[in-house]
Amino acid sequence: MSKTEIRIGGLGGQGVILSGMILGRAASIHDGRHATLIQAFGPEARGSACSAQVTVSDVPIGYPYVRQPGILIVMSRDAYTQFVPQIHPEGILLYEQDLVQPENLPAGVRAFGIPATRMAEQLGRRLVLNIIMVGFCTGVTQVVSEASARQAVIDSVPRGTQKLNLDAFQAGFEFGRNLVVAPSPVAP
Amino acid sequence: MTADPLGVLTGVHFIDGDHAACEGALAAGCRFVAGYPITPSTEIVERFASRIPLVGGVFIQMEDELAASIAVQGAIWGGQKSMTVTSGPGLSLMMEHIGLAAFTEVPLVIIDVQRGGPSTGLPTLPAQADMMQVKWGSHGDYEIIALCPSSPQECFDLTVRAFNLAEQWRTPVFVMMDEVVGHMTERVQIPAPEAIEVVERRWTGLKPGDYRPFQPAEDLVPDMVRVGDGYRIHVTGLTHDERGYPAMNPAAQDKLVRRLATKIRDAGDALVDVREEACEDADVIVVSYGITSRVAQAAVEQARAQGVRVGHARLVIAWPFPSQRMAELAARTKAFVVPELNLGQMSREVERAVAGRVPVRLIDHAGGTVHEPDRILAGILEAAR
Amino acid sequence: MSTDTLDTLGPEGLPHMDNPSLPYLRGERIPHIWCPGCGIGTTVNCFTRALGEAVSDLDKVAIVSGIGCTGRVAGYMNLDSFHTTHGRAIPFAAGLKLARPEMKVVVYSGDGDLFAIGGNHFVHAARRNMDLMVVCVNNFTYGMTGGQLAPTTPEGASQTTMPFGNFEKPMSLPFLADAAGASFVARWTVFHVRQLTRTLREALGKQGFRFIEILAPCPTLFLRRNRLGDGVDMVRVYKERSKIRDGADTKDVDLGMDGDIIVGKFVDRERPTWLQSMNAHYQQVFGERYRPWGGVREQD
Repeated sequence: MSKTEIRIGGLGGQGVILSGMILGRAASIHDGRHATLIQAFGPEARGSACSAQVTVSDVPIGYPYVRQPGILIVMSRDAYTQFVPQIHPEGILLYEQDLVQPENLPAGVRAFGIPATRMAEQLGRRLVLNIIMVGFCTGVTQVVSEASARQAVIDSVPRGTQKLNLDAFQAGFEFGRNLVVAPSPVAP
Repeated sequence: MTADPLGVLTGVHFIDGDHAACEGALAAGCRFVAGYPITPSTEIVERFASRIPLVGGVFIQMEDELAASIAVQGAIWGGQKSMTVTSGPGLSLMMEHIGLAAFTEVPLVIIDVQRGGPSTGLPTLPAQADMMQVKWGSHGDYEIIALCPSSPQECFDLTVRAFNLAEQWRTPVFVMMDEVVGHMTERVQIPAPEAIEVVERRWTGLKPGDYRPFQPAEDLVPDMVRVGDGYRIHVTGLTHDERGYPAMNPAAQDKLVRRLATKIRDAGDALVDVREEACEDADVIVVSYGITSRVAQAAVEQARAQGVRVGHARLVIAWPFPSQRMAELAARTKAFVVPELNLGQMSREVERAVAGRVPVRLIDHAGGTVHEPDRILAGILEAAR
Repeated sequence: MSTDTLDTLGPEGLPHMDNPSLPYLRGERIPHIWCPGCGIGTTVNCFTRALGEAVSDLDKVAIVSGIGCTGRVAGYMNLDSFHTTHGRAIPFAAGLKLARPEMKVVVYSGDGDLFAIGGNHFVHAARRNMDLMVVCVNNFTYGMTGGQLAPTTPEGASQTTMPFGNFEKPMSLPFLADAAGASFVARWTVFHVRQLTRTLREALGKQGFRFIEILAPCPTLFLRRNRLGDGVDMVRVYKERSKIRDGADTKDVDLGMDGDIIVGKFVDRERPTWLQSMNAHYQQVFGERYRPWGGVREQD
């Protein structure tokens, strides 16, 4: 595909923007494609709701906003409610399955859930939820290459936390790979 | 000459336009920034404040934009390259000092990250509605230079260029960003220092006694000195003669004001930068600048897919306005379409330049987001009929 | 006495070559614009004497003024000199000082310029202990624009924009400077030429935010309107009403149409300047990686 729109939604403190930063960096710097990241600013960014818009493309990107995400990543109930009406009719929904219960999805949308919060807790740091989601997104959609995503994680996280974050990425990635190589997606 | 390696963060980065503009200033040799926080420009000064201790220089957060916009002028006379950074409401407050800088020929750079206005307006959302204010906002006749980046990469490139133009022409130079360009993250390539051209100040070769601070060179721009070097200059915001002394008479006023306008208006191609694409045989030419150029490009491509011959002329330098180039384009096209995030500002300049030869269709927008490309497409299709 | 203070003109309208102030002035700009009896010239005379005594290299002194009668001082001084916008001399001077730390930077302006339109800048520069010497000639009025109400106009005084007498409370400049954090605060009148010269000289040799208020007559607008005589009469009044009290508590130095005029050196304290604080702080944070800015001031 030449152009993919990604919307990431969640709560402040979940690392929504950083996950968009990693996907954009992986695509534009390490995959050699084009990417833009737009983040919500103002009270929205400082309060509870938080969202990022990433566009990945083989050609330079003009219009930088996401209008109909081909990939929607949600880490909160509110983000799901807010953004699911925008999803592309054949888009992919990636959701934190303990926080979001998808309902009334358009027929063509494929949905993949992951218990990312629990997995993060098992890794010892709840904070790595967003990195698990990045790994999950990479594993399911391959919108960025695995190697580039791993490199972007290394570039983007604080020194000293790289191993933990790579472990988180790997956990999400493998969870995602296993779902897509399975005969059919898990029904929501 | 080329950039001081100390300020240059060579490499490929995934950063937003605000951060990229800060890096552009550092690469250009800016070592003094006075600012006042205002959304959506604040990230520029935040980054400068954290970068400058290891580069060597000063950041000071002043008490307001009036202070910021004149502290930088003190710093420039002190020999530093210097800038301030703001958004619409702050730009309004800076107007008197923009006039001072134009009148006393201070090579000042101001970055304006435009947001929706008037008044407090839409602090976190974009507009391109300061385009006329930046040109005409201070009282009296004067000329400025304004550059319009349409990507984080250009926020870097054009900030470097803004410093170079300021030094060359000794007039305030503005980088007219907007909230989208400022807050959008994208790949930014920062070249090696030796690949970045940096224009030094026009230091005089004359000795104290022979030197006159406002004696113009051939290009109508005077050479400069810095305080403390024995020249004992006087600089005043009053109408002044070539010694810098107040000269309260119509002849001195005419001579000075006319020179300041002429040095920019007659600069010719040196201050024209219109990036043209397929304008040679276009039935319709879209004229755009800043973030709107990117959105318009999507519409231009859709129109071409429908068989319309559309050209796209992007204003990288918006002020001085490229009137002559627009008139030339008017002679070979049937219509202009001007999308902008305001209710008609640069479109009026296009109208003035084409002087009724062909219609000019404004695709306006009150701000808060960018155009839907479909609106620009519809404008192109109607203009092509 | 104030009429003879800037006695630079000889009988032909040419400068007296033996005037001791002359080397410090731009002779070609004389005659100046000030009215007969104006006190500003006296303050300039004292300032030039102080400069001669305190500073060996005048190339390393810059003077910055705002707008107004006192705002013209910069233009007459044979120094790097800047006549800026109304109220903004202090932030201009701060930028100049920080960009070129080896300079001594003096701000010389009036009460309306520094404390009405420029009040915010004064407060913050004092708070930061910006290394500036600020000289305020306080004539209690807006002279250049024709005698309007100033933030220093005493209660009861008549002004063109307070035609039935001032009912506002004026601002006590030393109290404000002290509260804001200035490291040196003094007040004299144009009667006290010797003390003023000494204080200006002392302040020129110090670092940090130094504030000197000088009370001066505006015969054309303030005195005439308030039937206070001419410049010489006012200097006599300064002599009679003044009480020298070094170290006085600045909350006790208010001025009125009558009563004592407390003068002297009120505040003299050591505080690191803004630049010293920045350098020390970043040295601590970054250690040897920090690139100090400016360094130590050159010795005069």
